[in-house]
Amino acid sequence: MKQKGIEINDRVSWQNITLAGAVYGGGTAKQFATGDWRSMRPVMVWEKCKQCLLCAPVCPDSSIPVEAGKRLDFDYDHCKGCGVCVQVCPFEAILFKKEEK
Amino acid sequence: MGKRDRLSGNEAIALAMKGMNLDVVAAFPITPSTEIPQYFSQYVANGETDTLFIPVESEHSAMSACIGAQAAGARASTATSSCGLALMYEMLHVGASLRLPMTMACVTRALTGPINIHNDHGDAMGARDTGWIQLYAENAQEAYDNYIMAVKIAEDKQVLTPVMACQDGFITSHAVENIELLSDEEIGKFVGLYEPAEYLLNEEEKVAMGPYDAPAYLMEHKRQQAEGMMQALPVIEKVAAEFAALSGRHYGLIEEYQTEDAERILVVLGSTAGTAKQVIKNLRAKGEKVGLVKIRSYRPFPAAAVAKAIKKAKAVAVMDKAEGMSGIGGPLFGDICVAMNGLGGPRLIDYMYGLGGRDVRPEHIEAVYRDLAAAMAGKADEEQLIKKAGPYYRYLALREE
Repeated sequence: MKQKGIEINDRVSWQNITLAGAVYGGGTAKQFATGDWRSMRPVMVWEKCKQCLLCAPVCPDSSIPVEAGKRLDFDYDHCKGCGVCVQVCPFEAILFKKEEK
Repeated sequence: MGKRDRLSGNEAIALAMKGMNLDVVAAFPITPSTEIPQYFSQYVANGETDTLFIPVESEHSAMSACIGAQAAGARASTATSSCGLALMYEMLHVGASLRLPMTMACVTRALTGPINIHNDHGDAMGARDTGWIQLYAENAQEAYDNYIMAVKIAEDKQVLTPVMACQDGFITSHAVENIELLSDEEIGKFVGLYEPAEYLLNEEEKVAMGPYDAPAYLMEHKRQQAEGMMQALPVIEKVAAEFAALSGRHYGLIEEYQTEDAERILVVLGSTAGTAKQVIKNLRAKGEKVGLVKIRSYRPFPAAAVAKAIKKAKAVAVMDKAEGMSGIGGPLFGDICVAMNGLGGPRLIDYMYGLGGRDVRPEHIEAVYRDLAAAMAGKADEEQLIKKAGPYYRYLALREE
């Protein structure tokens, strides 16, 4: 991630790191892949999905992208496997599987 | 020139608050600092200042409100004592590590228990590792002056560290003294307007403050924070010089009193410096080479200045008004030992004194100088004393068998 021209990573020195860890700009969470926190993985069964879109707004992490009125596959770089979408789906179109590495 | 008035230390702080262009004051009453928000809220109610006064429900909330306000882009301050300061403990660390240049009038008082509302430094010493700068005042005038200077020290771009201006509970907070005041205009001009480089209400540049700091980052941020504390030493002197130009009153990191040729020196924080100066005058009249080092900036600790001031003495008494419960002496003693590390120098003896408001009288200070004379004279003279009070960690004016 770049902050005011400063690269923020685990090689930046104390002299060059942003003051008190301040993060500039908005929407920077997108730059950090946090999907590896996941222990359970939601998996789409596309033939059961009716595109009712009940799942997208309940995702706490904006990990269900919607384009032109249709949901796309999960953003696995950021989905943390909370399972809310699995619970809310009326058509059992989202399976919840153990994450395997 | 300034206006002279008769005021208590608390009244003086409340008056300073009025002139400091503060946007927010959030405080909760706690003896002996209660009068500060009490007087100040009267100024707010009378329309004498446009500061927002937040009467919070606890000191944890007082510090939290100050942190929120300062992060948003406001200049914030508070006042507290003892258990109030203890309740702030968590947020003191948060504010300091966020590098928010807040100020606090800390009116020092013993921490319970046993329950006690009187003066010692147990509360402030409990906060000495929180990352706040700590200045200690000898009298109401210095409490007032330190509190005004605190804003400029904290907000300096090299420092960006909050400042606690400490004065001794009741001894200076409630005793009425003749003091010289600056006008609101003079104070306002001296501290200027708060212009933070980054703040949460800045529409032009979005910023998130205080994000989670993983193991890969926290050490770098702590080192960065320590740098702000270290940079404060020259800034405290710079601000003092600017303040002297305005007020005619000069302050250093430490104040040396009759140390030039002194063989025996007392090192002290706060109001006891005044008592000691009188004792020194009396003893000097009898030809005794005694002196005093008053520590004004305790955090950051001016180790080089202290070492320079005491290294030529033969025996030094370090006066601790807080029992650090380390089993090897008080907190100031530890700092003095660090300052003298590797330099040789005088025999150092720690004195625990004035705890829970125990009176500190001239005869007590004289007794310490007598002990130092015994320490100088060598083993035979001091043997009895060491047997009774130990080689370096003693209690002053303690009842014992």
